[in-house]
Amino acid sequence: MGESIEDIEIQLLLDAVYRHYHYDFRHYARASIKRRLLQARTQWGYDSISEMQSAVLHDETILPRLLNFLTVQVSEMFRDPSYFQALREKVVPHLRTYPSLKVWVAGCSHGEELYSLAILFAEEGLAERTIFYATDINPNALKAAQAGVYPLDRIRLFTENHRLSGGHGSLSDHYTANYDRAVFDKSLRERTVFSDHSLVTDAAFGEMHLISCRNVLIYFDRELQDRVVGLFGESLARGGFLGIGSKESLRFSAHADLFSEFVREEKIYRRRSR
Amino acid sequence: MSLRAVVIGASAGGVQALSQILPGLPAGFPAPVMVVVHIPPRKDNALVELFARKCRLEVKEAEDKEPLVPGTIYFAPPDYHLLVETAGSLALSSDETVNHSRPAIDVLFETAADAFGNALAAVVLTGANQDGARGLRAVCEAGGSAFVQDPATAEVGTMPEAALAACPAARMMALDEIGCALQAMMPR
Ligand SMILES: C[S@@+](CC[C@H](N)C(=O)[O-])C[C@H]1O[C@@H](n2cnc3c(N)ncnc32)[C@H](O)[C@@H]1O
Repeated sequence: MGESIEDIEIQLLLDAVYRHYHYDFRHYARASIKRRLLQARTQWGYDSISEMQSAVLHDETILPRLLNFLTVQVSEMFRDPSYFQALREKVVPHLRTYPSLKVWVAGCSHGEELYSLAILFAEEGLAERTIFYATDINPNALKAAQAGVYPLDRIRLFTENHRLSGGHGSLSDHYTANYDRAVFDKSLRERTVFSDHSLVTDAAFGEMHLISCRNVLIYFDRELQDRVVGLFGESLARGGFLGIGSKESLRFSAHADLFSEFVREEKIYRRRSR
Repeated sequence: MSLRAVVIGASAGGVQALSQILPGLPAGFPAPVMVVVHIPPRKDNALVELFARKCRLEVKEAEDKEPLVPGTIYFAPPDYHLLVETAGSLALSSDETVNHSRPAIDVLFETAADAFGNALAAVVLTGANQDGARGLRAVCEAGGSAFVQDPATAEVGTMPEAALAACPAARMMALDEIGCALQAMMPR
């Protein structure tokens, strides 16, 4: 089958967004991107993707809203509790041996994964010696992550996940309920640097002891996954840890040999020392 | 038309219904078969084990960016959407639920229709919601073959009814007839 007009239009839109705004979605998994762009088109009432492209180029207020379609903000605190349990039981004992720690939460979305780790580190007595870097490309997501406020109706699930992950105490030790919202303690983010950073176009971060990047690689094609795995390899200290999503894998990456499997079922890897 | 892929969607009562279709597919079936069953988000995929024992074809959980292989049955993992890329590989995503479901049948069917056009066969089975209706319409519009379990024979008729309403060109059949129809599409 030849390329459809719609597929050509989508390629052109992604090229335009890259050339004008420097957001690079050209190597994101295309089927998902296409579904989401068609949703945006329908919702905004454009007749075609080309028409939407013209609007995006000429009206820069549209871009932030388009980013909400091009990126996926689905997350949970302590999502996949067994992952956090493995971090607590198997990775933390190694981290304890360092006097200071750097942790990078890449693709932090609205902060759910960041606060999960911050709470885990606080419970394990590592918070004081840790600096967290929380990065994302979506400015709205970063703003939400910085605020650390979630609707109360999500807290039940977060609480259950926290308990299943082997959390000490109760999740409610870490937030105050305010009407229909849970406001997470400022102390959890006191030692966090939030920044706009793209895994696709930006450079490595230095000497991390732990990188947690879950359910981000899954949105990339193999070529881009490969680049990002290389970036993680460069950003980790020797012996540092990398955790990815439960359906993600380093197996197909050309950089896979930089890592050894540390907790295989939880997709936790360790940077080899040579 | 030569068949290049089969997609199947099932919800309430789906395991029973699939047990009357998948084990009947003969070794050497020339297309990959991708299946979405609505199941609660759990970590282990019991469906894979169950059907691996019953089927002659290889049965596995779909993996992200995995190239499709003919004669293999792929189940969507719990809590992830299953998509088909136009180059003929699979993709997973943790996008928002669709029709309150993740995995959603519509997501698989719409992306498969895009990738395979008229070389696709799609099947909607028993279920208590409307997932799959939009997807089946996309399959029909792309020229693919659509089969729907006869709602009268389904454990829950809502989902096949919705699919028939959205896609009047679909053929309504009993389960054993659906199995035969898929096999009849094999080149001989
Ligand atoms: C599905 S969410 C995952 C959230 C969280 N890590 C989790 O697993 O629950 C994906 C996140 O990756 C971000 N993202 C997408 N492309 C990115 C890129 N090139 N660099 C950094 N973050 C990106 C999105 O904005 C979104 O916040």
